[in-house]
Amino acid sequence: MKRLVLMLCLVATPLFAVQPDEVLDDPFLEQRARDISADLRCLVCRNESIDESNAELARDMRLLVRERLLAGDTDRDVVEYIVDRYGEYVLLNPVMSGSNMVLWLAAPVMFGAGVLMAGIYVRNRSRTREDDIAKLSEAEKTRLREILKN
Amino acid sequence: MITELGHFALILAFLTAIAQAVIPLIGAHKRWPGWMAVAEPAATVQFLLTTIAFAALTWAFVTSDFSLRLVTLNSHTDKPMLYKITGVWGNHEGSMLLWVLIVTLFGGAVAWFGANLPPTLRARVLSVQAMIGAAFFAFILFTSNPFLRMASPPFNGQDLNPLLQDPGLAFHPPLLYVGYVGLSMTFSFAVAALIEGRVDAAWGRWVRPYTLAAWLFLTLGIGLGSWWAYYELGWGGFWFWDPVENASFMPWLISVAMLHSAVVVEKRESLKSWTILMAIIAFGFSMVGAFITRSGLLTSVHAFASDPERGQFLLLIIAVAMIGALTLFAMRANVMQARGVFSPVSRESGLLLNNILLSVSCFVVFIGTMWPLVAEMVFNRKLTVGPPFFDAAFTPFMVALGLALPIGSMLPWKRATLGRIMRQLTPVFMLAVAIGMLAWAMQTGRSALGPMGLFLGAWLVGGALVDIWSRTGRGSGRPARLFRLPRADWGKAVAHAGFGVTVAGIAAMVAWEKEDIRVMQVGESMEIAGYALRLDDVGREQGPNYNAIVADFTLSRDGREIGQMRPEKRNYPVAQMPTTEAALNNGFLRDIYVVIGDPQDNGGWAVRTYYKPLANWIWGGTILMAIGGALSLSDRRYRVAAGTRRTPKPAASDEDVQGSKGVPAE
Repeated sequence: MKRLVLMLCLVATPLFAVQPDEVLDDPFLEQRARDISADLRCLVCRNESIDESNAELARDMRLLVRERLLAGDTDRDVVEYIVDRYGEYVLLNPVMSGSNMVLWLAAPVMFGAGVLMAGIYVRNRSRTREDDIAKLSEAEKTRLREILKN
Repeated sequence: MITELGHFALILAFLTAIAQAVIPLIGAHKRWPGWMAVAEPAATVQFLLTTIAFAALTWAFVTSDFSLRLVTLNSHTDKPMLYKITGVWGNHEGSMLLWVLIVTLFGGAVAWFGANLPPTLRARVLSVQAMIGAAFFAFILFTSNPFLRMASPPFNGQDLNPLLQDPGLAFHPPLLYVGYVGLSMTFSFAVAALIEGRVDAAWGRWVRPYTLAAWLFLTLGIGLGSWWAYYELGWGGFWFWDPVENASFMPWLISVAMLHSAVVVEKRESLKSWTILMAIIAFGFSMVGAFITRSGLLTSVHAFASDPERGQFLLLIIAVAMIGALTLFAMRANVMQARGVFSPVSRESGLLLNNILLSVSCFVVFIGTMWPLVAEMVFNRKLTVGPPFFDAAFTPFMVALGLALPIGSMLPWKRATLGRIMRQLTPVFMLAVAIGMLAWAMQTGRSALGPMGLFLGAWLVGGALVDIWSRTGRGSGRPARLFRLPRADWGKAVAHAGFGVTVAGIAAMVAWEKEDIRVMQVGESMEIAGYALRLDDVGREQGPNYNAIVADFTLSRDGREIGQMRPEKRNYPVAQMPTTEAALNNGFLRDIYVVIGDPQDNGGWAVRTYYKPLANWIWGGTILMAIGGALSLSDRRYRVAAGTRRTPKPAASDEDVQGSKGVPAE
């Protein structure tokens, strides 16, 4: 019922993702190209990497990646080259810097806090004596009396 | 006429929901039995009226009544009957009607099977459920009415999105919705218990079947969706960390956590406030899921026709439900005092760790999904959070969960010694390490992902086996006793083993997949992972509402033919949309996956081939998890003794606890 927009990409160009004519002859270089393009976003699609996308723009970007690799760029140079032209938005893997540190550190911090709180809770639980809590509260006593009366 | 009846029934159902929300609540407060008794017949009536509305809409789709706007937009006379019916929920309005139908179905279930609940609690649960129902009835009637007519009906419709014309996707939404909406029931139970001012072991037991059912259907729905993506989208991916996938995954993670923490409430009267909080949040995530799909706030490959007005309405429902429930939660903190006492090494602690890991992994998914929005609004950075982030941030918690699970699941309540459990688990651990090492030795120079996944899978499956075996006690006759164990014990073992199978499948597929892209001429052969694939022919075929290019491949190994594969490339002329239909050769240890592409200038065809090791294990494990849930759900304790209020035995000795076999669903 969903994935409607995915098809917007398909409508424009009923192609495959990576085309046979794009594949580089050097398998090592091709693997690098695949790895890089798996982390780059197709701008006209939603949440698809250029490696998976069928859109014309994604094809252009794939060819660009391969062109830069053939020109002797390192993986990092290629990514920087693409980001310079298309912006940070193309990176599927958000960089670990600046405000993004919040994103990356949120879960570990949360986990630490969770373990700490659970630790306090468990400590508390293991020190409480059952007798302390088995006692009835005032309200429960009243209710008990009511039940016994009936 | 039938359409108008359906529309009218929907309005009546809305009014019934309002009455059911108000009268029993007052009745329960004032202890007026007559007012409380309104709840059950009202719930039944509400369900029947919504069924009439849904049936009327289905009828309009089946008879292709193009005077209805919704039918025109989403159907076509040439469409096969199956997809005419599934087209009812293949759109925003119809899917909301299905949603609210399930809300009333769950309400009805409490009315019909909830005889064992205390009258006040039942009245309050049904009242809260009706509030949820009323909110969504209003949403449908005021923003997305499926029964709107067209002034001048066209001769034919615009057809359902071709990607949705697939058996896998046809049944993905209903399953998922039963899951999402099932969590509304646990929400209602939580809020009712808070109003009631009583959260005890009995509550933990009453709410469990509903949580289990919701989780079970969520599992099936997510599994089916992922399987559909695998064979339909044409590159064999099974999970994309797409916002809408995440929206279904978050309630799943929380409901798993809740299933486990509710056990602690039921058995040990601890973790009460935590469980109530999980119940509230789980439904919150369900509604956020509906919101994400429909608001267009987050760009997604799933995004429905998005509409700001609908988004605002849904956001309002979510805000009222969450703020109301959480305020109540804060006000009633005193009624959720823990009673059970346990030492740091105990099943309680194990389940606590389970809950921390699951809720933190849910948090990872949540922050990753929402971060692009936050970054743009707060830091003015337009960025993307894609699969690489989720893979890196989510996986460690799942690995930790997998490592701890077999140990935690065998810990006895209250006080445990790790040594004894470790001794029982050592053989399984050694075996799992051996399997991981073997995988490491067989692969050359690749990441540790595959071996690690196989190790975890073996550890989890083996751990589940040891766990169930250890429950048969000592001495002779253990195999016979194995089959007399309560179903909940089996459910637990099967579900845990299923998790292991899925983990192994995912790791193997991601780590050892092979891909081949090339141009093939008819008659040409190629090789992938030891299999030979020959392109025999390419032809054209005409389907009911599409035309297709169909390729014939022969798959063979060592000169022996294994099977024929027929990938298709379809074009739906009405919707003007092509789809790829991959051909799969399924095997226990691998899938071969072939996609046919475009004709090339030299007369050849673009062909994409994949070798996918252990692919079916991903969904096999999912099905095992669901079977585990179903076994647990069918445990007689929830059917027979579900209502009897147990007196907790606070002074139970250690021997008692360890010796009591067959306590369900631990």
